[in-house]
Amino acid sequence: MEQPNLSYIHSMSGGDKLFEEKLINILKDEFPNERKIYYQNYKSNNFKLAAENVHKLKHKISILGLEKSYEIAVAFENNLLEGNTNLGQEFESILISITNYLEKL
Amino acid sequence: MNCIIIDDEAAARAIISHFCSSFNNLRVIEEFPNAIQAIKFLNQNEVDLIFLDIHMPDFTGIDFIQTLKNPPKIVLTTSDANFAIQAFEYDCIVDYLVKPISSERFTKAIQKAENAVFKPSLEGTNSGAENIETTSGNDLYVNIDRRLIKIDIPSIYLVEAKGDYIQIKTEDKNYTVHSTLKKIEDKLPIDLFLKVHRSFIINVKKIIDIEDNSVLIKKDVIPVSRSNRPELMKRLNLL
Repeated sequence: MEQPNLSYIHSMSGGDKLFEEKLINILKDEFPNERKIYYQNYKSNNFKLAAENVHKLKHKISILGLEKSYEIAVAFENNLLEGNTNLGQEFESILISITNYLEKL
Repeated sequence: MNCIIIDDEAAARAIISHFCSSFNNLRVIEEFPNAIQAIKFLNQNEVDLIFLDIHMPDFTGIDFIQTLKNPPKIVLTTSDANFAIQAFEYDCIVDYLVKPISSERFTKAIQKAENAVFKPSLEGTNSGAENIETTSGNDLYVNIDRRLIKIDIPSIYLVEAKGDYIQIKTEDKNYTVHSTLKKIEDKLPIDLFLKVHRSFIINVKKIIDIEDNSVLIKKDVIPVSRSNRPELMKRLNLL
């Protein structure tokens, strides 16, 4: 499974280390709450709302350089909009991977 | 260009704001986590460009655009490329950025935005010199979009040079015209207007206060150059 990385952040920061630090702190701050809201909606079978949450999480997945995971998230969002939970396990693995990565940063 | 960023995601706002900081002519004057707050701000402030996220809860970017009577130019930002066709149904939208945004793609969007913000003033004209036509009593005519638009001279409180353009600010509306500060200075009555800086002409009747090397006119703080300060002080009815 691909691992989160900082390649996008490094490429867009122009070497601005302060900005990189600021952005990483924002990710650390925003991600846990977005993940929590997603789980609440998913477990309550509010799939439309869960799809909106996945949509928002997609950006963070891409910021952390997870290209294949991004494609899974796109497909999972569409599945949720159609009321099915296919790829739910795979998406959860992505969230766990990001959680672990951000905790170590 | 004054711009604002509307996005419910703080990370997205930070990235766009960082990209903007590398452009000298781009100034982020405010950021909003939702469109409702931005509408209130736009009712009271002048903005040239909006970076707008489409996919926001409760009130989407498209809902937002539909509420604006005279929307500024807009660059859409989204994680969903499927909105692209719908987006270009609106004349105010100049570009569409899919997240994650790259620096190169952002630069292209800014170039498009600059063209869209300033281009209308160029259409239908031969050169900047002809864009300020004639004065007739209290009126000044400017050529915008192939129309000669009448401006009530006493209502003008500020003229600012912006590269090859000037921005004329009045009590009701602002106009961007392809012309020079020198050209409009020649058309304005000298008892009312004074060039206080190489980039600014002010209406001296509209001054609210003066502090050191700046004047406050409405909400604009305008620099006064050292060489122009004596003439400004001469114009004032000092106690």
